[in-house]
Amino acid sequence: MLGFGFLYAPIVLLVFYSFNASRLVTVWAGFSTRWYGALLHDGAFGTAALTSLEVAAMAAALSLVLGTCAGFGMARFARFPGRLVFGFALLAPLVVPEVILGLSLLLLFVACQSWFGWPSRGMLTITVAHATFGACFVSVLVRAQLAGFDRALEEAALDLGARPWTVLTRITLPGISPALVSGWLLAFTLSLDDLVIASFVTGPSATTLPMAVFSSVRLGVSPEINALATLFLCVVFLLVALAGWLMARDERRRLFGRQV
Amino acid sequence: MTGMGWTGRLLLIGVPFLWLALFFLLPLLIVVKISLAQSTIGIPPYTPLLVDHDGGRELHATLANFALITNDDLYLRAYLGSLGNAAMATALCLLIGYPVAYAIARSQGVRRHLLLFLVMLPFWTSFLIRVYAWIAILEPNGLLNQCLIALGLTAAPLPLLNNEFSVELGLVYSYLPFMILPLYGSLSVLDPSLIEAAADLGARPLQGFLGVTLPLTLPGIAAGSLLVLIPALGEFVIPDLLGGPDTLMIGKVLWDEFFNNRDWPVAAAVAVVLVAALAVPLLAAQRFLERGHAA
Repeated sequence: MLGFGFLYAPIVLLVFYSFNASRLVTVWAGFSTRWYGALLHDGAFGTAALTSLEVAAMAAALSLVLGTCAGFGMARFARFPGRLVFGFALLAPLVVPEVILGLSLLLLFVACQSWFGWPSRGMLTITVAHATFGACFVSVLVRAQLAGFDRALEEAALDLGARPWTVLTRITLPGISPALVSGWLLAFTLSLDDLVIASFVTGPSATTLPMAVFSSVRLGVSPEINALATLFLCVVFLLVALAGWLMARDERRRLFGRQV
Repeated sequence: MTGMGWTGRLLLIGVPFLWLALFFLLPLLIVVKISLAQSTIGIPPYTPLLVDHDGGRELHATLANFALITNDDLYLRAYLGSLGNAAMATALCLLIGYPVAYAIARSQGVRRHLLLFLVMLPFWTSFLIRVYAWIAILEPNGLLNQCLIALGLTAAPLPLLNNEFSVELGLVYSYLPFMILPLYGSLSVLDPSLIEAAADLGARPLQGFLGVTLPLTLPGIAAGSLLVLIPALGEFVIPDLLGGPDTLMIGKVLWDEFFNNRDWPVAAAVAVVLVAALAVPLLAAQRFLERGHAA
């Protein structure tokens, strides 16, 4: 249980300090929400947060499509040309240091720009970069869920005359929906959280929230950042709770549905 | 998929494959290419490899960047520093993570789900924020020093931030869940009757652990260690925020080379050497992760 204390104590302290009236960490000057007010008046963080949310939503959607396809491919086809390379390219981005992913993607975008004059660096390049590693995470989740999926259900539907497309949309995809929901959420939060890759591939036009936070954090602890972090944590906890609730409801429905 | 045509298969695998080839494999090749170029002032800030010359094309590749990396011992020390810090973090994560994973695997029902959820929750919260949270704790005027002074354990604030200690702490803190989850994966499928059998045959608890539990959870140990070691080797945020002037880690060197010195070819060469060094653990990681899927 000490392990959990170690994992959570810093986060709890951060939330605690965000309500400190004093600018100093050392002094507790009473409860206050003034840093939240200060945060609201700081437009830079707002713009960066919007950029981040937009990028994260698009990147997560792209990740979901690509990762689901890839997860299907890996789970359902035991052999196809290039499976080993494909498997490597799917798993390596999960562990390869971010500085390498960021640098290599930036050099690709720069080369593209000098060859085709496109794309200019900004939100688009960040989205593509985030979709790439997001897809890898989604594929792992989808693959794991498909491994535990009962194929007899699909075969039964086919035997009953359903078309393959109907089977996919009515049987298979609903069956792996927990992986799809958590995959999208994971890709979304990973994108929202990424500093290193975004810093490499962005241009002067786009600043994401972690980049804004990082440049401010480099100057030292600031209560506005504490407040921002607390808000961020609230959003994440709400999202995770929502996902958990949705999945639990789904599970319950399925169980009762079968009993009836 | 059952009843799926050839075109369907091609699309299903082809699209993500093409995407990864374009945005993961090709960029790695471009890094190699740029590492052979020379740095210039301009946009982009490196020389082309193929130069039109008297009607023909000439290859202008140079190993100067690699020579620089091998001759200047800053880079060597940074690689070794990363390796030392990452290896230490892996060992500490294993020491802390194993009992935690064991406790989770031994707990039952709702409690087990709750504990697992608590291990995974940090994945969903900002990495940057979690690292940043330590600054307020470790500062000279920070919480920990104030507690130590209040308890009379030390008269003057201890230097806890911006040194090797804080970097190591940050690494262990950030990567601990990556160790716990694969360990839990191995431990949860371990059949407890095997340990009981060992005990019935007269093995003491420690013997049972060393002779049965530990060898059977080796795949989890290997997977967890690789998941901590490889990303920790190239870590940038932690040495930058928690490290001091004498902290040398290669991820930070690469970042500085790129953003501060604007020397893209040297940054690319640093990356090439790092990827080459990571090739063996990466391939090992793929094997272990694939095996996890097969199970």
